[in-house]
Amino acid sequence: MGVIELAAFAEAVGSAGPVTIAGLRTRGGSVADVRCVSAPVGIDWVQPDEMTACCGAGTPVAELNAALAEHGQRVALPSSGTVGGALAVGHSGVRRLGDGPVRDVLLQARYVSAAGEVVKAGGPTVKNVSGFDLCRLLVGSCGTLGFVGDVIVRTRPIAAHSQWFSAEATDPHECFARLYRPVSVLWDGSTVWALLEGHAADVSEQATNAGLRACDGPPSLPTGSRRVVPPADVASLTGTFVAEVGVGIVHHADTWTPPIGDPRAMELESALKREFDPTGRLNPGVPFG
Amino acid sequence: MIAALVDELRAAITPERVRIGSTELGLYGRDASNIGGSAGAVCFPTSTAEVQACVAAAHRHGVPFVARGSGTGLAGGATPLDHALVIVLTKMNRVLSVDPINRLAWVEPGVLNLDLTRHVAHLGLHFAPDPSSQQSCSIGGNVANNSGGPHCLSDGVTAAHILGLEVVLSDGSLVQLGATEAEPVGLDLRGAFVGSEGMFGVATKVCVRLTQNAPSVRTMLMDFNSVEDGAQTVSAIIAAGMVPAALEMMDQLCVQAVEAYIHAGLPVDAAAVLLVEVAGLAHGVEADVARIIEIAQAHGAGGVRIAQDEAERALLWKGRKSAFGAIARIKPNYYLHDTVVPRRMLPQVLRQVYEITARYQLQVLNVFHAGDGNLHPLLVFDKREPGVMERVLAAGEEIVRASVAAGGVLSGEHGIGLEKRDFMPLMFGPADLAAQAAMRRAFDPAGLANPFKVLPSPAACGDVQHVPEGAWV
Repeated sequence: MGVIELAAFAEAVGSAGPVTIAGLRTRGGSVADVRCVSAPVGIDWVQPDEMTACCGAGTPVAELNAALAEHGQRVALPSSGTVGGALAVGHSGVRRLGDGPVRDVLLQARYVSAAGEVVKAGGPTVKNVSGFDLCRLLVGSCGTLGFVGDVIVRTRPIAAHSQWFSAEATDPHECFARLYRPVSVLWDGSTVWALLEGHAADVSEQATNAGLRACDGPPSLPTGSRRVVPPADVASLTGTFVAEVGVGIVHHADTWTPPIGDPRAMELESALKREFDPTGRLNPGVPFG
Repeated sequence: MIAALVDELRAAITPERVRIGSTELGLYGRDASNIGGSAGAVCFPTSTAEVQACVAAAHRHGVPFVARGSGTGLAGGATPLDHALVIVLTKMNRVLSVDPINRLAWVEPGVLNLDLTRHVAHLGLHFAPDPSSQQSCSIGGNVANNSGGPHCLSDGVTAAHILGLEVVLSDGSLVQLGATEAEPVGLDLRGAFVGSEGMFGVATKVCVRLTQNAPSVRTMLMDFNSVEDGAQTVSAIIAAGMVPAALEMMDQLCVQAVEAYIHAGLPVDAAAVLLVEVAGLAHGVEADVARIIEIAQAHGAGGVRIAQDEAERALLWKGRKSAFGAIARIKPNYYLHDTVVPRRMLPQVLRQVYEITARYQLQVLNVFHAGDGNLHPLLVFDKREPGVMERVLAAGEEIVRASVAAGGVLSGEHGIGLEKRDFMPLMFGPADLAAQAAMRRAFDPAGLANPFKVLPSPAACGDVQHVPEGAWV
């Protein structure tokens, strides 16, 4: 196994002056009018019997998934853009109910710090509690704490059978309660969609039991806002929306202002930012998360 | 300083719940590791407000504090140093609310792991992390250590099951980290807190994800003529695209000890035994069982025993979970290690473990989470034997070094604590450790929450850097 060379990337990031980073620009791209760098691209290795893979953060998710598919595996990241971008933004896709959050994918990251040093967080194995969990802090930090250069990610087997289903439903939780570990359950106020995976006979039995009919795929998601609400609030949503049942992520047609966080938590975030980037040079002006 | 603090604590949370007697100081002066420490006072708060009062008082007096639950930790993470205040959370043991529809619950940190699972069993749910100590370890301790367990292979360790936390920071202020919401705005402070070994603050409420019980479960025991064959079977199962609910291995000495203890009909002649559990929906489970047996037989498995009913399944698991009771029949003391290696390196590292322990004339039993490469060499000894402790510690250090050299990590689920603190440089360089220290400073600028654990101390930091007797260093 080779080791991705991060020296050039670290040199590009440097240790002074504002700097921003971009991959395929599917998630908003770089900060305007700031010197822009890009993370290394390319897959270093895939270890199917470890269920891990190592790649440059600039590697497209689709490229990593294509390499993994040869071994019947995949990475549980939203499919657009780069691996680094998906991790930096940290937003999950509609498979979150089954796949878990984006932060569970990252096992090890090497990033370039505000001081221009290469720093390693986490470790290469699927199970590891050696030291504080800096990887989880990096996921969703939007490049405000460090610019990730390469990563080791957890992979998953691709299911033998996968099918979307739907049914009319005024109460999304009725269907939800009848399913065993569905990969996704979506609801728009009148129709429920479910993605079921596994052994074909199990999938078909589950669908019948929950009164679901096979359909082509999930509905298109409204793009006005991506709201994060307590999962218990999903049943009482109004307007034009598609909600992730059991998760509480709502794709809504209307815009939305997220609630203000706990002020003490915001103080902690500022303290972390001061520790990791005292001069505020990394992705200046970008809010965390 | 301690006397003034004790007076203040007694005024804040009633005198009888602040103890300085030698019995309490002795009892709470250590955890389940081999490392002894020293408690200055012990307090037993019953509410968040009382925890805040205790922490604020410690902060005013500049006295370090150590939060603890049941004290089952094996790395010295809950061992107080230098007369710290021990904040015992076992009286905060209520399940506050359960949402059976969205499958989550708010609990206090002193709730025992298995009690939570029992509390929600009637809803067809359970709390997935299942450390071997689950009858006695607390959820707060699970959060602090990011605990694992046999069934974390398919369901993930504690971090994957914590949605939100209410935390008392080291100045006594209260903060909410995460919540029932999947992706709260801002940095993932909740994710950063899990596994922080009590050094970021004290969790006073925990929002946990509950997991659906599988409709169908099959448990198998397979025996092998060599540890290598067993380990290669593990890799082959994973490479074939299956993630069993659990994939545990026991070596011959362990099987023999357990069999002598519980009489479960275990194959005592086998060099290694794999305990494999597959859980899910019926058709998928049966298909996986058939493929796993095929893979095992291709790797030389002898007998394959499939539990025929719940009683037999319970017996097979009792075998796995009784290892620690069973070893008492061999020697009175044990030292349990915890490292992780890439699965494909299991045969090589196990060979090294046997070689190292033989060289130090120690008996070793291996009982471990093979599915995720998480080794648990269990060194058994009689500490009355002169010089044995030195041999145990030296062998342990070599095992840790061999694991890291094989591409592994220092700990899979027990944490770093005091035990492995000074091994952190085996995995991390100065810049990596500085970043972890920066995380800690942001959460606890006063450095009073469980100080001198996890991070190796720079030499400059004064006189309290000693690691007590029994530690490795």
